[in-house]
Amino acid sequence: MTVETDPSSRQDSLQASRGFLADHLQLNLHTATGHERSLTQIMYNKEGDLLFTASKDHVINAWFSTNGERLGTYNGHNGTIWTIACDSQTKLLVSGSADNQMRLWDIASGKCLKMWEFPTAIKRVAWSDDDKRILCLTEQRSGYQGAIRVFGINREGDCSKQDSEPLVYFSPIGSKATVAAFAPLGREIITGHESGKVALFDAETGEEIEINEKAHLGQVTDLQLSPDGTYFVTSSKDQTAKLHDSKNLQVIKTFTSETPLNSACITPAKPYVIVGGGQDARSVTTTSARSGKFETRFYHRVFEEEVGRVRGHFGPINTIAVHPSGKAFASGGEDGYVRVHWFDESYFRARPYGDLEPED
Amino acid sequence: MPVPDTVPTNNHEEDDEDIDYTEIEERYQLDMLSGLDNILVVDNVPIVNADRRQKLIERLRQAFAKAGAPLSGKQREDESYDDMEMPWDNEADSNKGFLFLTYPSAAEATAALRNLDQTLFGKNRLHVNKFGDIERYASLPIEEGSTPRGWVEDSEIEPQEHLKSWLADPQGRDQYLTYRGESVDLNWIGRGGSSEPAVQAEPRWGELYVSWSPQGTYLTTLHRIGVALWSGKSFKNTVSHRFTHPGVKLFDFSPCEQYLVTWSPDSIVPKPPKDENAPQDPRQFGPEDEGNQIAVWEIKTGLLLRTFPGEKPVQPAPVPAGTKPEDMPAPRKLSWPLLRWSPDDKYVARCHLGTQISVYELPSMGLLEKKSIKIDGVLDFEWCPDRELGASKENMFAYWTPEAANQPARVTLMAIPSRNVLRSKNLFNVNDCKLHWQDQGTYLCVKVDRVKSKRSTFSNFELFRVKEKNYPVETIELKETCTQFAWEPSGNRFAAITCADPNPAHMAPGVVLKTAIAFYYLDPKKGDFKLMRELENKTANTLAWAPKGRFIALATCGSAVKYDIEFWDLDFTIDDTINKRDAADPGSNMQLLSTGEHFGMTDVAWDPSGRYLASSASAFRQSPETGYSIWDFKGQDLQKQPLDKFKQFVWRPRPATMLPKEDQKRVRKNLREFSKLFDEEDAAEESNVSADLLAHRKRLIDEWNAWRSKRVKELVAERKKAGEDQVESKVEDEGLETVEEVVEDILEETEEVVA
Repeated sequence: MTVETDPSSRQDSLQASRGFLADHLQLNLHTATGHERSLTQIMYNKEGDLLFTASKDHVINAWFSTNGERLGTYNGHNGTIWTIACDSQTKLLVSGSADNQMRLWDIASGKCLKMWEFPTAIKRVAWSDDDKRILCLTEQRSGYQGAIRVFGINREGDCSKQDSEPLVYFSPIGSKATVAAFAPLGREIITGHESGKVALFDAETGEEIEINEKAHLGQVTDLQLSPDGTYFVTSSKDQTAKLHDSKNLQVIKTFTSETPLNSACITPAKPYVIVGGGQDARSVTTTSARSGKFETRFYHRVFEEEVGRVRGHFGPINTIAVHPSGKAFASGGEDGYVRVHWFDESYFRARPYGDLEPED
Repeated sequence: MPVPDTVPTNNHEEDDEDIDYTEIEERYQLDMLSGLDNILVVDNVPIVNADRRQKLIERLRQAFAKAGAPLSGKQREDESYDDMEMPWDNEADSNKGFLFLTYPSAAEATAALRNLDQTLFGKNRLHVNKFGDIERYASLPIEEGSTPRGWVEDSEIEPQEHLKSWLADPQGRDQYLTYRGESVDLNWIGRGGSSEPAVQAEPRWGELYVSWSPQGTYLTTLHRIGVALWSGKSFKNTVSHRFTHPGVKLFDFSPCEQYLVTWSPDSIVPKPPKDENAPQDPRQFGPEDEGNQIAVWEIKTGLLLRTFPGEKPVQPAPVPAGTKPEDMPAPRKLSWPLLRWSPDDKYVARCHLGTQISVYELPSMGLLEKKSIKIDGVLDFEWCPDRELGASKENMFAYWTPEAANQPARVTLMAIPSRNVLRSKNLFNVNDCKLHWQDQGTYLCVKVDRVKSKRSTFSNFELFRVKEKNYPVETIELKETCTQFAWEPSGNRFAAITCADPNPAHMAPGVVLKTAIAFYYLDPKKGDFKLMRELENKTANTLAWAPKGRFIALATCGSAVKYDIEFWDLDFTIDDTINKRDAADPGSNMQLLSTGEHFGMTDVAWDPSGRYLASSASAFRQSPETGYSIWDFKGQDLQKQPLDKFKQFVWRPRPATMLPKEDQKRVRKNLREFSKLFDEEDAAEESNVSADLLAHRKRLIDEWNAWRSKRVKELVAERKKAGEDQVESKVEDEGLETVEEVVEDILEETEEVVA
């Protein structure tokens, strides 16, 4: 495992900030090799002891995040699984797939509790804070509009009795939505779009409340909320990741990289943002791994400066997730690997900017 | 009727005086010019006394005839000619320095003017004018406050920009050019590698290629129609700094920036003049230049001095019986520059393969002593670059000739203009020679590739110590082939890359050879060169000495598998005194400072001060990832710029220092005091920057904290309003959970039958 410092980080940053990852962060690495095809989304449960991974190979895996041992597999989908989401009690898992099905799973037993079918593929699923609702974003394709549906989840008994009809159904107009999530308290839904637009919808009426047309210049590829949900990070093909205010969708910070980004997340405990990406899978074969820029990059989320890089994948990084306590992060790549990195003591001790640290 | 008494006669007189004759005068004015159209005035003729008068006249007539303007007048009895008048100053007993020529017709006179004006007669440049023109311009009315017609109205002298203004930068920074896509940018490099644009770039610069003149005065851009020079603080391009040579591919400056040589693979086709009788524009090619490929220009005036034919294709040698054609060495070609300048711009020489070296004098571009130096078999030559020639010393060059029947190969030092052979050395079994002068002309190394057996070669260094009496020569014999050689600038050490592969030339491009790098030094006691240190198994193909010596960068350029740069210090000591070099073992002071990587790099170059090194990856050389990086001399990377379509990175050269020797010594002696000043400046700047930066960061943090606390409060309030229980959003740390993992490896399994 090599950890690379960033040679191109801005000159004006303090000397200490450069290379602090190399100096202070030793990573233990477990490479999960349970998938045969590229990863699409990975997610920690609330406690951080389990890691769920979705892949193009039609299966969902659950892993012990500490040692990389596989807990189990959720079989049933017949297409690429684009998205998964685990509730805060680690009881139910919802997944969306290219086979136009959304499934609800019992995490412990691996049983499929409910299956919904739609006209197009499901690109994103997410839980509300209170675990009572899920949202489902379906793709706009072959004459069908992209749609957002919100389903109520009945948590009684073995949870097998679920309503087939959505509570809310609406189609965002304009550029098609690619990612979505519940805003805190679950009253609004935040969406990211192909055009680079970021929008805020009322979760009950489907009314557009706020819109930022020019949030990004390219497709929004990922959207992850901060721990309290008051702000969120988006990654985009325009090679940037941005922090937005969940209330008014204002861009607060911008992180610029040299490669199209596929995923970004916010680290609890330390003031960083982790981003990953790389050249498109189809042009990868023509370039060396070196120039593909398949590193995970760490940015300081207030100063917008790159503070370190982690190498490892030999294809683009498709998805990144961070441990809820900020002790570890995991990345899933086009290469079919999930790499789990545990931060060591010095990562938490390191203060690359001296006393200048935000309160949270 | 009263009769007037007197007739006022004086009225008439007054009238007479008042009569305006100008009209009549104008009408009947003798036209001074008509009938004199066929007379030319020749100025700047040598002044001679009566004894040599006739000789001068005959010489001049010959010269005129040769220049294409023969006089056909008859000789009078006093031996003078009826069509050539040479005014004589009887008091001084000499001619007056000019003469009149009469041609049969005005047309012939015009033609003669074109051929004769600005020609050289001996050392005198002749100025030829029409007689009528002299009369006309001499009588142009000039009054106060007005200028004659045809003059440029606003002829106020514009102060010209200083050509070396960039040297006056208070911080002593250097400049560099980057050429990317179609755009060229000029930047300063400051402390710590920070860049700052130096000038608004001119969009026309990025047509084909950019470069600097050898002392950095002129920015040189290559265009399809010729070469343009840009100079001064704002990089203006004047008309005289446009050298029109269509299809130009290569150019070269003389070392003192007085002359420019251009080459185009296309033969020159002179443009027919618009007006038959117009004098030939001295900045354009004329009919006599037709078919030539090389042009020599004077930079200050923009005048075309002379053109030369391109290199003639060399007749391939007949293939000896029994050898395959592909075994024959490729026909030799001279590398650019074809015209090579002496370091003082006085001579330029050209080698004609196998026959002769032609030396031309400047500024006349005439052949030295009117004949070339015949050297049978000569294959290459190089001028000694020593600029500080004493009054008595001559320029010199070294050349070599290969083995011929009964004659060994030979390297010779020849003085110019005397053509004295100063030293020659015979060599045997020579395959090829390369002449490497040390930059001050103190040493000459002839790298001799010698044949051991049919397919293997090895190298010798023949080291000439040029500044010593009788030019002593020393030979160092290597076991391997030397692929690269470089003298330490202003020093007495050299580095050589050697390769054990017997046939390095036949390797495919891009393949990295196993090489070793050897350093040699001049032993001060014995006065001969010795091996200082050899770095074995060190792969590199480029040696880049820092411009002031001591530091060297070893790089591997143009390879897809290896792309590192090693920064070495040859005099590494803990304390700062260079005098304490370990004399017994100088190799022990060599120290690798650091190693850097630049994927895809094709070139490395030091800035003229030796503070920075730039490695660049150029699209001209098909680099997989173009761009450039700047490193300091220790190998710390300061800038990394991966840029699409990046073509060139060029440091602006500096002229040799203009500080007198005593001042240099004084500075060196009191270096600590001088550097104190700079240290203070640096510290001030640094604290400024870091104070600004800290304040900026502090502000960012404060803004962030304020925004966060506001949002968190709002969220809490909203949750309360929603009637939700205080859901603790923060994840509680439930203490560390220890996960024990037992890993069992079965090393060996044996089954035994227990009896």
